[in-house]
Amino acid sequence: MTTHHYEEAGARETTEGRVFTVTGGDWGEVVEAVARADDERIIVNMGPQHPSTHGVLRLILEIDGETVTEARCGIGYLHTGIEKNMEFRTWVQGTTFVTRMDYLTPLFNETAYCLAVEKLLGITADVPERANVVRVLMMELNRISSHLVALATGGMEIGSTTLMIYGFRDRELILDVFELVTGLRMNHAYIRPGGLAQDLPPGAVDKIREAVAVFRSRMHEYDKLATTNPVFKARLVDVGHLDLAGCLALGATGPILRATGLPHDLRKTDPYCGYEDYEFEVATADTADSYGRFLIRLEEMKQSLRIVEQCLDRLKPGPVMVGDKKIAWPAQLAVGPDGLGNSLDHIRKIMGTSMEALIHHFKLVTEGFRVPVGQAYAAVESAKGELGVHVVSDGGTRPYRVHFRDPSFTNLQTMAAMCEGGQVADVIVAVAGIDPVMGGVDR
Amino acid sequence: MTEQNGVPATRKEIPVEVIGKRQGMFGAQDTGDTSGFGGLTRPVALPPASARPYGGWFDEVADEFEGALEEQGLDVAEVVEKTVVDRGELTFHVAREHLLKAVRTLRDDPALRFELCLGVSGVHYPADKGRELHAVYHLRSITHTRLIRLEVTAPDTDPHIPSVVSVYPTNDWHERETYDFFGLVFDGHPALTRIMMPDDWLGHPQRKDYPLGGIPVEYKGAQIPAPDQRRSYS
Repeated sequence: MTTHHYEEAGARETTEGRVFTVTGGDWGEVVEAVARADDERIIVNMGPQHPSTHGVLRLILEIDGETVTEARCGIGYLHTGIEKNMEFRTWVQGTTFVTRMDYLTPLFNETAYCLAVEKLLGITADVPERANVVRVLMMELNRISSHLVALATGGMEIGSTTLMIYGFRDRELILDVFELVTGLRMNHAYIRPGGLAQDLPPGAVDKIREAVAVFRSRMHEYDKLATTNPVFKARLVDVGHLDLAGCLALGATGPILRATGLPHDLRKTDPYCGYEDYEFEVATADTADSYGRFLIRLEEMKQSLRIVEQCLDRLKPGPVMVGDKKIAWPAQLAVGPDGLGNSLDHIRKIMGTSMEALIHHFKLVTEGFRVPVGQAYAAVESAKGELGVHVVSDGGTRPYRVHFRDPSFTNLQTMAAMCEGGQVADVIVAVAGIDPVMGGVDR
Repeated sequence: MTEQNGVPATRKEIPVEVIGKRQGMFGAQDTGDTSGFGGLTRPVALPPASARPYGGWFDEVADEFEGALEEQGLDVAEVVEKTVVDRGELTFHVAREHLLKAVRTLRDDPALRFELCLGVSGVHYPADKGRELHAVYHLRSITHTRLIRLEVTAPDTDPHIPSVVSVYPTNDWHERETYDFFGLVFDGHPALTRIMMPDDWLGHPQRKDYPLGGIPVEYKGAQIPAPDQRRSYS
């Protein structure tokens, strides 16, 4: 081995020791070079740009052979200052920010934020029945699409590209529904303080029923492909173990907590949006490993389909926004030349025929509504766990402080406990089982 | 608590926390406001302490909490500065020097059993003199399906609050985040470093004296000012 080979593997001397830049396919050279070095400790820096770390997550692994002796996360690469930005927009504009946080669960973000704002306004009980049903409907569809991405990317990272193709194929069914209902595949800003931006469009119920039927007919493919697949099980069983005490100490919620056998689900224990009226089971496993989390996600998708069907059955015509004209944005949206906005018909109507609607519209759009002084906390069971929102108002037209307790952020802390002592290859499986989304972690 | 004439002494009175004042109406800061409300000034105050009964399970939790503190020989009035019930939520304002004992009690007492800490959220009230920085903790009891809030304050001149990582390890990253964004120093945290901003960043971005920044943007021929330069409404 000559220095020439070191250069191919991108080695350079630094004050910290020799640093290699690994791009793939050159492991042999690195291992050989390191074997000749005196220092036995190798620190591998995975990411923040790496296809198997779920976005811009940086993993810092100290390895001894194939064993991970210490593992740490580096985060913050996707910090966008959403919480700070929201302090400079109106309360309604906040929904357009929160939807961009955890971009795989936008409707959970919006609902959690709106529930907190409604609590501050004291209008929680005034939100119309139909708005609540549609919120539940959209959240459950969103749970399916989020879990599908978790399965798909998790599968891809362990080399099962078929699982990836299946997951993203079926997610399209959900995204088509989202596009039909909200106008967008993501970044919806559909759920607003007081209700919804607009009602379901004509044909949406049939389209959702169709998507549910198609997806249900495909559910068994995941079982056939993965659930009993010995190769898949060999990668997931007993990997990323974290027991109940560890989960509670580290604040892990969602599938990670339920994989320990504790059926903690805010939809049951602290219901919101009328979840107490729906029939569904809380999926649990008793393995406390990545395989249990996988099974829980599969089962939760089935339960979500049940809830979606119950929502469709109980949809009754009615308003989707609170009656208070000083809160309800008097808008009807339509797609214009520059994107989604107020429909021209609606503008013509309020400009030409309704003085009050014009005043309310003008005040709400320029100034926004005021929210009484105080603070509130609202939480929803997102696909990843407890998504909490702490909102503070100083009585003005803008939030004084908004803080999101994103489940990905808290759950990612468990990475070290799950990975240390295991193999390097198992780190990928463990992180995929946590299912962190960096948009939510960093906000 | 000392007793005089057989009447328990009332708690040390915290003046209503005023976090700012609102002037005029309609957001006009100059002579543009001809409504006659231009000179109107109203203080903005946080919800005040509540009197018993708090209602629902709040009284039970407050009784158990205060009783457990007394058992440890602590003066409840010193630990719990005030108890606020607002919008169906129970908040204990805890003095920072007693925070660790308070959270340990809340976690370990069988009647309280708040197993899950939902992190810490900082709030900066520059006008709340001597109590500028607030750290807000939400605790969830899975056993009793309850949720409470703890609020701890520190002055800007001495931004120190004890770390609760020894009781709730989940707060490791949450406290780092709050330190990063507010400059609140959590004493006893195992490695209090920045988590979101780069290590060499100056300042703490979520503080109210830290500007948002931004540049004007042209949209359809008009200049739209940066968000923090736009008109705001009082």
